[in-house]
Amino acid sequence: MDSKSKKDPKMKSNIFSPIGKFFKNIKRMFLSGSVGTKLSYLIFGAGNLYHKQYIKGAIFLLLQVAIILFMVLCPSINGTPYGYKALANLSLKNVSEGGDFDPLTGHFTTGSDCKLMILFGFVTIAVIVIYFILWYKNIQSSFKADMDKKIGKKPTTFREDLASLFDQKFHITMLTPTCIAALIFTVLPTIFMIALAFTTYNDQDMNNLGTKLFHWNGVQNFAAVFTGEGSLGVEIKNRFLPVLGWTFIWAIFATLSCYFGGIILALLINKKGLKGKKIFRTVFIMTIAVPQFISLLAVRNLLGEYGPFNTMLQNLGWTTQPIGFLGQKPGDSELLAKVMVIIVNMWVGIPYTMLMTSGILMNIPADLYEAARVDGASTTKMFFKITLPYVIFITTPYLISSFVGNINSFNTIYLLTGGGPTYTGYQAGGTDLLVTWLYKVTIDQGSYNTGAVIGIFTFLITATITLITYRRSKAYNEEDTFQ
Amino acid sequence: MSTIVRPKRVQSQSRNRRVSLGVTYTILVLMSIIWLVPLIWIILSAFRCEYQLDGTFIGRVTSNFFPKQFGFKNFSDLFTATYYGVPKAFPRWMLNTLIIAVIDCLISTFLVLSVAYCMSKLKFKLRKPFMNITMIIGLFPGFMSMIAIYFLLKSIGLTGNPQHPEYSVIGLILAYSAGAGLGFQIAKGFFDVIPNALVESAKLDGCTNFKIFRRIILPLAKPIIIYQALMSFTGPWMDFIFAKVIIGADNPKFWTVSVGLYSLLFGTHPDTNLFTQFAAGCVIVAIPIVTLFMFLQKYYVEGVTAGAVKG
Repeated sequence: MDSKSKKDPKMKSNIFSPIGKFFKNIKRMFLSGSVGTKLSYLIFGAGNLYHKQYIKGAIFLLLQVAIILFMVLCPSINGTPYGYKALANLSLKNVSEGGDFDPLTGHFTTGSDCKLMILFGFVTIAVIVIYFILWYKNIQSSFKADMDKKIGKKPTTFREDLASLFDQKFHITMLTPTCIAALIFTVLPTIFMIALAFTTYNDQDMNNLGTKLFHWNGVQNFAAVFTGEGSLGVEIKNRFLPVLGWTFIWAIFATLSCYFGGIILALLINKKGLKGKKIFRTVFIMTIAVPQFISLLAVRNLLGEYGPFNTMLQNLGWTTQPIGFLGQKPGDSELLAKVMVIIVNMWVGIPYTMLMTSGILMNIPADLYEAARVDGASTTKMFFKITLPYVIFITTPYLISSFVGNINSFNTIYLLTGGGPTYTGYQAGGTDLLVTWLYKVTIDQGSYNTGAVIGIFTFLITATITLITYRRSKAYNEEDTFQ
Repeated sequence: MSTIVRPKRVQSQSRNRRVSLGVTYTILVLMSIIWLVPLIWIILSAFRCEYQLDGTFIGRVTSNFFPKQFGFKNFSDLFTATYYGVPKAFPRWMLNTLIIAVIDCLISTFLVLSVAYCMSKLKFKLRKPFMNITMIIGLFPGFMSMIAIYFLLKSIGLTGNPQHPEYSVIGLILAYSAGAGLGFQIAKGFFDVIPNALVESAKLDGCTNFKIFRRIILPLAKPIIIYQALMSFTGPWMDFIFAKVIIGADNPKFWTVSVGLYSLLFGTHPDTNLFTQFAAGCVIVAIPIVTLFMFLQKYYVEGVTAGAVKG
């Protein structure tokens, strides 16, 4: 522990040292490298070719040529170019209005597609970044061959390089597929959506203006939370705080109710002398295994206006009118819908926590209870003094991730209430969370910029919570020692 | 004296225990019933076969929990009916989902295992930064990038392609499995428990990292492989919002089964009278998945428990 705390401040002060080191390295390799190395600052693979590593050199060279061709020739998809033109297009200036709509391709025959311009602009930037990474790697590779030669070793052959990809550099082989896939399908889309938050990309606005084009508009969409400007400005201004507040209340109640409910259920099932443990467990696992869209839609219909539950209440004479439990109609009670959503969510979440804590409960050292019993502690006391602290200590990371998960809990809300009860003039209903609101605003309304703003706020909230709690937790700081 | 007191205490203790066990049983049975009611209701509705006096079939939600008549009409209708202009749509949706699930399962499991192994057992410079970056990316709501993925796939013709609507399936598989590698945490937690000494000694014997992965780690990782495969196989059957957006509302032939079933009740042409057929579809989807879970319960619990500690 001591060595760790000593190491920390040193590491913090050195955050920028890798960058300095990087530039020093580039200079050093240029000055002390061979002719080939110096040449590879301009032509990829030159150093490798110089050292007779032909295949490796050729690959580097080919990649360089391919990227330069990509940048210069600007291949285009649906009339939107990549390459240097894509960089210029990122400004969203010099855009032209579309001509005839081609139903076969779903695109306008002429004119600009602003969203593709942004998307392709970022792809091009990614390609440029890759170019520079390759540039550095090519120099490094050549310099390594120089060094090998200097100490009298032969530069590695292509076969040896390939073999090293399965040994010393195995991580590169293993991580490349994920990195490429995640870059294209996770990182790029995320950056793209962040960018949209700073644009006027909003189907409603654009339809009103009769245009297919949009442009950058700075932080106006964020300011709409206060100013209420823009097509969804009033909605954002009036509904943001209520939705945000409810998202927090929901996340707190949903997390805690499922957590403690699950622990209690696990304790009940694992009680000494109880028979049929397996049957009970199976029942609850079964409810996890049933897809949520089935079980939640079943509950929605069960509690619906003409569903069996309302009928039962009426037959019992408890109510005369069907109760809108899940806010299906505009006039239904918002509070009732909120309470019901949290209760139904317990139905979804408790079995999961039960499964998870069962294993942990069985691992609590028995002598702890033995000692407590000798001291005359009651069962309740043992629960609060031994069981609960132990379980909470171990499952803190889970608590955090389930809190974050609940902030992003789309299925429960969307399938149960659809965000209802709705209010005229607003997209966000009484039980809408930030994520379901985000969905309605983007997918149903086509207000991509407003949706992106909501998404960024959601990210800021979850990121703050996670970074504060997670970075302090043992699991993170002692991640290395765990192994 | 003491010989008389002791049995009394034992007696009262055992009576206490019996009472508390009885209470526990009651609570557990009650809870089981509450948890099973919606599922039982769906099953009952699937087999419901009631007619109005004029002979029309009652397919909507009715007020009675128990059907008055049972039959297989919902199932036979479900398999032959035309929904959203697609003849025999339900079997088609099942097939789509099966194809997507199998391919997604193979790709995702491979990606997760490879990343988890790197993060757990290989030492390299970018290990910690990579882990931090994946954590930060994971904090962005997935729905935010969903629409961007749709635009991206559309621009390369992998969805919303009028000439090749079937390409949407490829697009959805990519959307499902591409990010899978970033969800490596549970598998990494599992690999962390495999002693490093095992890896070190193999290295001393001249094993390459690839060989260590294939010969030592993979055979030991069977539980986590099964867990990951189970998760990624069942994912496409359970998810519906991603499938709905990526495949698109105008492409009903290539919907997954969840999108299709949802659309029966809430789509662009919802029909409340299709509820019993919806229920029948739910039963057919749920049976294989629940069976899988039951068979692989042990591995599922193991994975879930690992996730608890690792977060």
